[in-house]
Amino acid sequence: MTDGGPPPANRPSDPSAGEREARITGVGTSLGKAVVIPALAVLTALLIGGLIIAVTDLDTLSVWGDDPLEALRLTLSGVGDAYKALLIGSVGSPRALTETLYAATPLILAGLAVAVGFQAGLFNIGVNGQMHMGGMAALWVGFSVALPGILHIPLAIVAAIIGGAIWAGIAGLLKARTGAHEVITTIMLNFIALYLVDFLLTTSAFQAPGRNDPLSKPINPSAQFPTLGDYRLNIGFLIALAAVGFVWWLLYRSTIGFQFRAVGFNPDGGRYAGMNVAWIYVGVMAISGALAGVAGTTQVLGLEPYRGISGFAGTIGFDAIALALLGRSHPVGVLFAGLLFGALRAGGREMQGAAGIPIDLVLVLQALVIVFIAAPELVRAIYRIKTPKDETGVTISTGWGG
Amino acid sequence: MELELKGITKQFAGVLANDDVDLRVAEGEIVALLGENGAGKTTLMNILYGLYTPTSGQVLIDGEPLELLSPADAIAAGIGMVHQHFMLVPVFSVAENVVLGEEPTKKLGWLDKSRARRVVREISSRHGLDVDPDAIIEDLPVGVQQRVEIIKVLEREARFVVFDEPTSVLTPTEVESFFEVVRSLKAAGKGIIFISHKLGEALDIADRIVVMRRGKTVAEVVPAETDEERLAELMVGRPVDLTVHKAEARPADVVLSVEHLVVLDDRNRRAVDDLSFEVRAGEILGIAGVQGNGQTELVQAITGLRSALRGVVQLRGVDVTIESPRDLHKRDVAHVPEDRQRSGLILQFTVTENVILDSYYEEPISNGIQMDWDAAREQALRLVDEYDVRTPSVDTLVSKLSGGNQQKVIVAREFDRDVSLVIASQPTRGIDVGSIEYIHARIVRKRDEGAAVLIVSSELDEVMAISDRIIVLFGGRIAGEFDGSATATEIGLAMLGSQGESEAS
Repeated sequence: MTDGGPPPANRPSDPSAGEREARITGVGTSLGKAVVIPALAVLTALLIGGLIIAVTDLDTLSVWGDDPLEALRLTLSGVGDAYKALLIGSVGSPRALTETLYAATPLILAGLAVAVGFQAGLFNIGVNGQMHMGGMAALWVGFSVALPGILHIPLAIVAAIIGGAIWAGIAGLLKARTGAHEVITTIMLNFIALYLVDFLLTTSAFQAPGRNDPLSKPINPSAQFPTLGDYRLNIGFLIALAAVGFVWWLLYRSTIGFQFRAVGFNPDGGRYAGMNVAWIYVGVMAISGALAGVAGTTQVLGLEPYRGISGFAGTIGFDAIALALLGRSHPVGVLFAGLLFGALRAGGREMQGAAGIPIDLVLVLQALVIVFIAAPELVRAIYRIKTPKDETGVTISTGWGG
Repeated sequence: MELELKGITKQFAGVLANDDVDLRVAEGEIVALLGENGAGKTTLMNILYGLYTPTSGQVLIDGEPLELLSPADAIAAGIGMVHQHFMLVPVFSVAENVVLGEEPTKKLGWLDKSRARRVVREISSRHGLDVDPDAIIEDLPVGVQQRVEIIKVLEREARFVVFDEPTSVLTPTEVESFFEVVRSLKAAGKGIIFISHKLGEALDIADRIVVMRRGKTVAEVVPAETDEERLAELMVGRPVDLTVHKAEARPADVVLSVEHLVVLDDRNRRAVDDLSFEVRAGEILGIAGVQGNGQTELVQAITGLRSALRGVVQLRGVDVTIESPRDLHKRDVAHVPEDRQRSGLILQFTVTENVILDSYYEEPISNGIQMDWDAAREQALRLVDEYDVRTPSVDTLVSKLSGGNQQKVIVAREFDRDVSLVIASQPTRGIDVGSIEYIHARIVRKRDEGAAVLIVSSELDEVMAISDRIIVLFGGRIAGEFDGSATATEIGLAMLGSQGESEAS
C-alpha cells in the first residue's frame, strides 16, 4: 500500500464478537434505550446496597430475635440515615455540590478517554498509565516554566495531551504494525508508566531538593488550576465539560469520528470503503490518550499539595472503564455517569462521618452498578422488561441433542 | 405414514409470518417448499421443529396431533432437520459429532467409540454417503460436513427430514451428489421437505412443489406441469423475466488489464497463479468457476485489499497494482464485494451512513473536517428513491433491511457516479428474484454507459445470463474462455478443470 500501512486484508475478524462487545460497551444504542437500563442498574445497586447495610449492622441484627418489628424499624432507619447522608454529602449544600463536581472532574475526562476507544472498537485499559505520563508532562511544565497563568495552564495541558497521546499511541502503533492486542499492551504500559513515574520523581529533574522520597518540586502558582472561591472545585470541571462537547463533536460530526465508528463496528467494512484501518487505530489511541493526559493534569495542577507523588492518578483510570460502560460510551452518558460516581465519592465521606458506614460501601455500590450494566439481561429479567425485538432471534444452536 | 401441518398461523409483534398454512408430506415423497426470503418458510419449519409455538394450527402425524414444545419433542416424533448452518463441533471427529447428545457409553461412563464408528459406517454405506468416521470435521469439505448432519438425523431414526436451503453452501458437483443422497433417502421411505428459493433445483428433485408468498401457501404444483418462469411468477406475485435483456456488446478500449498476476491466499498458497486477462469498456466479462478457485483473492488483489506477489494490474494503461482501495475509488472503480454483510456494509449504521461510506470525506458530504449530515441525508433520500431501496426511512439501520435491499444500498453507493470499471462479486447471492432482476439491469446499464464490467459468480446461470464473455477459473488459472454462445455443458466441464490449460487472454 502506498500509505505504508501493514499488509491489507488477511486479518480475520469475527463480526459477531464485535456485536457482543457492542452490547456490553453500549456503542450504537439509541438514547432512550441508553437511559433505562443504567437507571435501573443504579436503582438495583442502591437496593442491594441497603441490604448490605442492613446485614452488616450487627447491633440491629441481634434485635430481630426479640422484637422483629423494632428490628425492621431500626434497619429501615439505619439504611435511610445512610442514604440520607449520602444525599446530603453529595448535593445537600453548596460545598457538597462543589465536592461532587470536583470529584467528577477527572472521572469524566478519563471516562471519555475509555469511551472514545470503545466507539472505535478498542479497549484502552491503559488510561491509568496515560494519566500518569500526561500528568508528569504537565508537572514538569508546571514547575520549570515561569509564565502568566493564562499561558502557563494551557501550556501544561498541551504538554499533558502530548504525553498521554504518545503513551497511548505506542499501543496503537503496536496494534497497527504488528497486530498486538491493545488490552495486553496498554496493561503492560500501565506498569511501565507507574514505575517510570516513581523513578523520574527521584531524579534531579523532578525531585524536590533535599528529599529522598519520590516527591516532586512544587508547581508554580501560575500553573495551579484557579478554584471557585475557597471550594476545591476548579477550572478542571469546565475543561471536562468542554471535553464532553469536543468528544461529541468528534464522534458524531467529524469525518474522523465517522471513520472511528465505522472501523469500530466493522474493520473489514472500513478497509473496503477505503479507510486506513491501521492509522485509524493509532489515531483513536492517541486521542484517547490525550484525553487521559488531560485527566492526569487534574491530579497535579488541580490537587493539593500541587506536587507530583508516587501513583498520583490513583485508580481513576480503572474506575473510568466502569464509568464508560455505565455511560454506554456516549459522551453525554459519560458526563452523567461521572457526576454519579463523583456524588458517590463526595457523599460517601459524609456517610462515613454521619452514619458510620464505611466509605468502602461506595465502592461496593459502584461495583454493583457495573455488574448490572454488564449484565443487561439480568436487569431486564428483574424488571420484566421485554428484550428489544432486534435482539431476539431464536437460538437454533440446539440441533440434534446438542 | 404422513406428516401434516394444518392451518398454521404464527403472529409476531406486528407481523403475520404464517397465515393459515397447510403442508403435507408422505413417506417416500420429496416436497419442495419454495419462496423468497421472508415468505415464511423458516418460521414454518421452526414451528415444525418445536422452536416456535404456532398462534393457531396443528402439526399431525397420521392424523394424531403432536405437541412440539422443543426440538427434543420433534426428534422424538421422528422429525429431523438439517440446518443451513451446520451444528457441528469442528474439532470433534465425525463419529463423535454423530453421537453427541446421546453418547453410547461402556461401564464407568467411557465413551464407546467403536460403537459410534460402527453406526457411522453402517448408515453411510446404506445411503452411499461415503464418510470416514474418524475424520475431523474442520478438515472436511462443506459437502461432506452436510452428510455428517444427514447421518446425525438418520442416527436418530428420523422418518421425516427437513433440509433448509441445503444447496446454498454447495458447489455444483456437490449439489449433484447431494441430490443422489436425497433420492436414496426417498427410496428408503423417508419423507423429505426441501426448502429452497432456487427454482431449477425444486423442479429437479421434488415430487410436489409448494410455493409460499407473504406467509401464505399460494400454489401447489407438480414439476411436470410447470416451469421456472411460472414458478418465479408464483413466488414473486408478478410476471418475472429471468433472462437478462441487453443489446450486443460494443467493446471499446481496454480498461482493466491483468498480467501474469500471482496472489497468495491466507495460507500462503498460490490462489491466483500467473493469471492474465483484459476487460474492455462496454463489455461484461464473467468469471465462472467453483468457489475457492482464486476468485476471492483475484478480486481482492485488483481492488487493493490484498497485495499481489507478482504481476501487474493496469487501469487504462496506468499501473495500479499497489494502489489502495481509496486510490482506486478516486480512479472511478466501483466494487460490489463478495460478502455484503461483512465488508460491503456497516450493519450497525443507518442507510444514510452506509451510502456515504466511501465518499464521507468528499464534498458535498464533508468539508474535510466536519460532516454535513443534511447533505448526506439528501443524498441517501435521492439514492433510496432512484435505486428502489425498500426501507422505512434513511435513518433505519441497514441491518433491518432484507438482503436484496441491502445489496441495492451497496449498488446505489457504488454506481452513483461515472465509473470506468465495475467489479461485482456474487452480486445477487441470496437475494430475492425481484432484486436480482433489478441489479442485473443496473449492471447492464453501466456497461451501456461505457464502463468495463467484471462479474464474478459461482452461479453458472448468472454468469451465462449476464456476460458477454466468460472465463473459467480453476486452481487460480484460466481453464477456458468462452463467448456468449457457449453452452452450460462446455463451461461446466471447464469448471471441473477438464479442458486443460488454455493460457488465453
